[in-house]
Amino acid sequence: MSKQVLDRIAQVFGAAILETHSAFGDDTAVVEPSHWLEIARFLRDDPASSMDHFIDLTAVDYPQRSGTRFDVVLHLRSSERLHRVRLKARIGARCANPAADANPAADVAEAALPKIDSLTSVWVGANWFERECFDMFGIAFIGHPDLRRILMYEQFVGYPLRKDYPAAKTQPLLEYRQADNEKLPPFDEHEGMSFGRKTHADRQPGRNLLGFEED
Amino acid sequence: MEPLDVELEDGELELPNDPMQVLMGPAHPAMHGTIRIALELSGETIRKADVQIGYLHRGFEKMCERGTWTQCFPYVDRLNYASPLLNNVGFALAVEKMLSVTVPERCQHYRVALGELARICDHLVCLGAMAMELGAFTPFLYYVKARELIWDVFEEETGARVTHSFGRVGGMALPPTPFFKEMVRSAVPAVLALVDDGEKLLLKNRIFLDRIENVGVMGKDMALALGWTGVVLRATGVPYDVRKSHPYMTYDRYEFEVPVGTRGDCYDRFMCRAEEMRQSARIIEQALDMMADDGPVSIEDPRIVLPAKDEVYSTIEGTIQHFKIVMEGIQVPAGECYSYTEAGNGELGFYIVSDGSGTPYRVRIRPPCFASTQGLERMIVGAMLPDVVPTFGSINMIGGECDH
Repeated sequence: MSKQVLDRIAQVFGAAILETHSAFGDDTAVVEPSHWLEIARFLRDDPASSMDHFIDLTAVDYPQRSGTRFDVVLHLRSSERLHRVRLKARIGARCANPAADANPAADVAEAALPKIDSLTSVWVGANWFERECFDMFGIAFIGHPDLRRILMYEQFVGYPLRKDYPAAKTQPLLEYRQADNEKLPPFDEHEGMSFGRKTHADRQPGRNLLGFEED
Repeated sequence: MEPLDVELEDGELELPNDPMQVLMGPAHPAMHGTIRIALELSGETIRKADVQIGYLHRGFEKMCERGTWTQCFPYVDRLNYASPLLNNVGFALAVEKMLSVTVPERCQHYRVALGELARICDHLVCLGAMAMELGAFTPFLYYVKARELIWDVFEEETGARVTHSFGRVGGMALPPTPFFKEMVRSAVPAVLALVDDGEKLLLKNRIFLDRIENVGVMGKDMALALGWTGVVLRATGVPYDVRKSHPYMTYDRYEFEVPVGTRGDCYDRFMCRAEEMRQSARIIEQALDMMADDGPVSIEDPRIVLPAKDEVYSTIEGTIQHFKIVMEGIQVPAGECYSYTEAGNGELGFYIVSDGSGTPYRVRIRPPCFASTQGLERMIVGAMLPDVVPTFGSINMIGGECDH
């Protein structure tokens, strides 16, 4: 059904559509980040697609991918034609300076944040979803009216859903009280993980999480 | 004490003219302890509102990246804790979509029956809490009594009253008990009778109606652009129900109606929820009729479903199979997929990314009430301060889901 939408945007935008696929029945188009806003507006306004129902916007972090680090993922639906489509944009090009890559502090600095256009002018509902994305992944949305943290508190440093943010790290606003109970946070790095399981940081390129070579 | 009707000359009484700042919540009883609204008032009229969430943020998505796929079930239970079984089934369907497996028909009917019972619970809590926040305490007690009847069924079936963790990839944790149908058939009419009783107390009450009619109005187009789904969207007049528009499991085989509203106010949301409970009861009845009394509830795939306990302890194959699933997890093929179901509040989506290992690479939940809560600001600006309470109550914001 929404294959037609993919064909249509591929026809209109040509080279700005980097690839399309329909794995698991979800029609997906990977688009050039510079055309993100333009394609989104086209999808809403074009009568053949009329994607008026904003569903979801999120991101995925791929720190080991060469080239770009983040996928921004948008899900849309048409209330009239009942079809759906997923748009993805790859952003966050690796900096040329390897020293900055090794320094996590530089990675979370405001200026270094990966950027993409905000969709709030197309669907007002993108507002909170983009704020959440900014909060969790540190993606700056250009043109967003009110880009501040939404789930974390404003004193929080870093972006918790990035793969390099340690899962056991805590940033309490008040210091933990001293007690003999060893179970008080911060917990051990492997707390709650099943035996033999490894964190993402332990993972070697080309091997799966268990350390075996990938096919 | 001075008499109140003392005559004042003009200008004698000076009242401050500046807008007043009020922080409503998170300790305000109507804010469920999980939300704060920073309000700017002029008199009692709201001029600006900033809805602040995040008080219940528990890093659900980060935690899911640390265990196996199966270990996500207890976490998804705690998303919408008013209807955990719907979340369980939603997540199981998402992983099954990536594995390209379908559970046996008996299990599908079982999932539907349990899920619809959970939906009734969800709506009962929402309506009861909404009425209670407006001062009508008695209907809340009726609704909680009705919920108790359903929870007794859940306790008997799953062993837990609130957080069941009962879903599994490729089936359910246990087959239905022999008296499941009997229990549900006796519980559901009793629940509906209590729903009717509670409703009679509310819908004949002028005070209650005055507080919900034409309050918190939302238009169709704005609701769609805000990403609203579920009851709140249907109350505005858009007939979008995932069970009808994109049927999953056996929903295309049941007869049921999707109630829609006309004005999109608190009254419509109340009535849609009340009617949906009756429709859920219809679905449950049909699902029970179609559900076979015996047969498997889980698929037979040793890579996905745990073997029976006696096999684990007596055969080497069973031991290995158990060990592989518990230690390494179910191997989900690499890729990404978005799977969505109709949860208590609307479209509950799971966008999952797998790298081919037994651990999820990313589990994104699309909580329906995150989008609904986003629209709260638009509904209350320009309204009176007391209108916040029914408006917030009628969108049924659930902290665990909204704050991830």
